[in-house]
Amino acid sequence: MTTLQAHAPAIHVKGLRKSYKDLQVLRGVDFDVARGSIFALLGSNGAGKTTAVKILSTLLKADAGTASVNGFDVAKKAADVRESISLTGQFAAVDEVLSGRENLMLVARLRHLKDPGRIADDLLARFSLTEAGGRRVGTYSGGMRRRLDIAMSLIGDPPVIFLDEPTTGLDPQARIEVWDAVKELAGRGTTVLLTTQYLDEAEQLADRIAILHEGRIIVNGTLAELKQLLPPAKVEYVEKQPTLEDVFLSLVGTPGKAS
Amino acid sequence: MSRHFFSDTTALLGRSLRHIMRSPDTIITTTIMPIAFLLLFVYVFGGAIKTGSGAYVDYLLPGILLITVASGVAYTAYRLFLDMKGGIFERFQSMPIARSSVLWAHVLTSVVANVISLVVVVLVALLMGFRSGAGVLAWLAVAGIMLLFTLALTWLAIIPGLTAKTVEGASAFSYPLIFLPFLSSAFVPTDSMSGPVRFFAEHQPVTAIVNAIRALFDQQPVGTDIWIALAWCVGLLVVVFGFAMRIYRRKVS
Repeated sequence: MTTLQAHAPAIHVKGLRKSYKDLQVLRGVDFDVARGSIFALLGSNGAGKTTAVKILSTLLKADAGTASVNGFDVAKKAADVRESISLTGQFAAVDEVLSGRENLMLVARLRHLKDPGRIADDLLARFSLTEAGGRRVGTYSGGMRRRLDIAMSLIGDPPVIFLDEPTTGLDPQARIEVWDAVKELAGRGTTVLLTTQYLDEAEQLADRIAILHEGRIIVNGTLAELKQLLPPAKVEYVEKQPTLEDVFLSLVGTPGKAS
Repeated sequence: MSRHFFSDTTALLGRSLRHIMRSPDTIITTTIMPIAFLLLFVYVFGGAIKTGSGAYVDYLLPGILLITVASGVAYTAYRLFLDMKGGIFERFQSMPIARSSVLWAHVLTSVVANVISLVVVVLVALLMGFRSGAGVLAWLAVAGIMLLFTLALTWLAIIPGLTAKTVEGASAFSYPLIFLPFLSSAFVPTDSMSGPVRFFAEHQPVTAIVNAIRALFDQQPVGTDIWIALAWCVGLLVVVFGFAMRIYRRKVS
């Protein structure tokens, strides 16, 4: 890695625009993501989060603006960008007919790595999927699929990972499993860009949060900075009722990593 | 062409072949219709059809082989469509792999699946009394024509596989292909047909291909039929390959 790359942000986006026919999805998006950080792109459905991720992962071409990932321009150096990233899309991109282990081995082969079997076994162990490894993915629960999906994204240690709504449609336990996986990733120095429509998810995971609204970034900062945008906190005394999630989790047992 | 083209295609081919091995019902479904046609025409209608001296099953088999491929490629479109719909296609496209290997893996899988179906149909025909004195060279020639035909229809199937909006849409293209042999010399000799139908039948590709294969099985001279058959197959292959690749490039760029 050159010094230029080491100092440059892992993701740099400037003036990004994209329209589908008459519909303007992105109307000039700018943001930077520092190396090794978790960056959350927060927005409601249709805000343009997925479109932004697709452009950054070379699946779509932008109409205007520039974007670079790991120092490579997404339009001009698409092949280098693909070497640097992995994408976990909104719907678990796993092969249901293959077993979990075969899915991992397939990705390892496609990344041209040696010893795909060992890579697969290591990741199965890391994501508590060793027991399920030989079963068809079609029999997995939603949380297991997501974990496998994320495990597939880690093969080859790409420096930048895109997670597009990684917990949409998951039950609370599976969500926490995915969150743990993402935290572990960032702990290893991987840059993570994640999109979400859940405020608590961004709050839990992200070093920086940007709110994408109607095709523009309207706020971008740390959680503390974002909180300062609101009127100062009032002190009120409120009896703390357990949330339904607390009740649910205490009844079914706290989710361990091994489930 | 990327330097990883062969290893990427091999890895993806392994994946699709596992799909076929784990759901052999696609092979069974593919062969049911051609086998039903074989039974129906040999044991019900065949007695009333005058085709010359040989057994009717010998006359019928070449056309049935084409129908087998036409019904087999519906699954090629279906499998590609499912990949496009699910997230796995985008995962592959965001990875550093040779761009066209995703398509080639589907094409090669289609060839393997069709070869298996064709072998099943030929075995059933043998049980029903199909016999041929053709030598190794003639069989190889038949295999070569069938391979070209399969490749052409497979690349044709790639187009709806890439562009269809629904599962039904992805496989609907195969219905006219399955019907086309009925308007050819596959089931009855064309000289029994009425004017315009006969003209169409004698100038459409199925007749040339069927006649060429029939002559090879029968150890008769193949005449010009084989060249017309090859010209149709190669011509169709070149055209649909060009179209499919153009659509694919637009999709993945």
